[in-house]
Amino acid sequence: MKAYLLIALLFTATALNAQNLNDLLASESTDGPQPVEALFKATRVINGHSVKQLKKGELDIRISHRFGRVNSGPYEFFGLDQSNIHLSAEYGLLDKLMVGVGRGTYEKTVDAFARYNIANQQSGNGAFPVTISYLSTIETIGLKWSDQTRTNYFSSRLSFTQQLLIARKFSNLSVQLMPTYVHRNLVPSVMDQNDLLAMGVAGRFKLTNRLAVTGEYYYVLRPIPQRTSTKFYNPLSLGFDIETGGHVFQIVLTNSQGMREGGFIGKTNGSWLNGDIHIGFNISRVFTLHSKRKK
Amino acid sequence: MNNRIFCLILVLALTLSVSAQNRYFTKTGHIDFFSHTSVEDVKAANDQVTSFLDTSTGELVFSVLNRSFQFPKPLMQEHFNENYMESEKFPKSGFTGKIADLKAVDFTKAGKYPVKVTGKLTIHGVTKDVEADSELTVGTDKIDGTSVFSVKPEDYDIKIPSVVKANFAESMKITVQMNYQLYIPKK
Repeated sequence: MKAYLLIALLFTATALNAQNLNDLLASESTDGPQPVEALFKATRVINGHSVKQLKKGELDIRISHRFGRVNSGPYEFFGLDQSNIHLSAEYGLLDKLMVGVGRGTYEKTVDAFARYNIANQQSGNGAFPVTISYLSTIETIGLKWSDQTRTNYFSSRLSFTQQLLIARKFSNLSVQLMPTYVHRNLVPSVMDQNDLLAMGVAGRFKLTNRLAVTGEYYYVLRPIPQRTSTKFYNPLSLGFDIETGGHVFQIVLTNSQGMREGGFIGKTNGSWLNGDIHIGFNISRVFTLHSKRKK
Repeated sequence: MNNRIFCLILVLALTLSVSAQNRYFTKTGHIDFFSHTSVEDVKAANDQVTSFLDTSTGELVFSVLNRSFQFPKPLMQEHFNENYMESEKFPKSGFTGKIADLKAVDFTKAGKYPVKVTGKLTIHGVTKDVEADSELTVGTDKIDGTSVFSVKPEDYDIKIPSVVKANFAESMKITVQMNYQLYIPKK
């Protein structure tokens, strides 16, 4: 009886031994938190920034284009006769820090920004839930002064934006919140605010691995009643992302002419309801200038 | 009754200690892949591969975290995880198989032994039978294993769109380098 038991035990022990290898593998595999990547395909959702970061040594050349308003009718070929461009070059100084400079047709602006990636969303055990970045921008309006007789200061051309980007990816859907503060050194009248507070919300829904629909909206707090001559609206943009290797094409519909924070958050004067919609596109091409992980 | 329990414990302890000595493992195994075309080279390396080798049965298992593959170009790495491997859906690749000609290897004698490894390779949620010529280098309490074979992405349902088809060779050259140590089970 005892011998019988012993043999039975030996068999079970060896059987245990055999199946164990995969269990051992599972127990020894390191399953720490993994970074969640690609919440957005491009560094911009549409006009505003997304949490997508350029990594160290990546250069992004961007060309953004907005046509005129579609409600301008057949004489203007529904806005396609007019054009408004923003060009920029952006670079990843560090994996967490990117900077960029740009030039826009709208108000002949020159702009610069720096963006720092504070934290990243992770998956797995002990994961951090969201990706957080901080954006700081400066813009100078390049238009000639309307009143040449008075003393005009360069500082009057400047506006600044501080923005926090908080995003989370839920499988095919990415959602981002953007609390924003815009300061303009000079505004046209006492009726305009120097400081603007806005809350942005943006999203991306992936249709396939390379196609996505996007949207972004900023609610701009304007406690002072607006002048009737130039009424400002909250910017709302819808887009369609197409990614092909190092290129990202974004086809957009927006009520903003400006493509930088001071412009589209502060000065969107088109209304979706009136048909003041601009067709446009963004093209992004990323070049890897410096690859750090050489083998 | 006490006798029986004692017997059980003894047998278990014996088998466990025996099995412990024929198991080798690594958590820092190296796997890289390479594809060359006139357009560009695609290459990445992973130095965090976990693998076990049982020298008594010839069994061999691998587990690879896809996100641990490091590319020279960060954007390529993102596309690898996002567009091709779909690492969110399929975080790991793996292999379960065995050394087909185990008798050719004398694990008690140091030296190089060419072997054939057969088994099931799982990438992107697709499992295929594979066979690869490999080499084991037996040392004292350590075994090095190397293998080179190729894998076609299309066999594993990894779709490459026509726009970027020219950037990838038809098959990827996979190089495996394992540095097994004697496995001592944790208490």
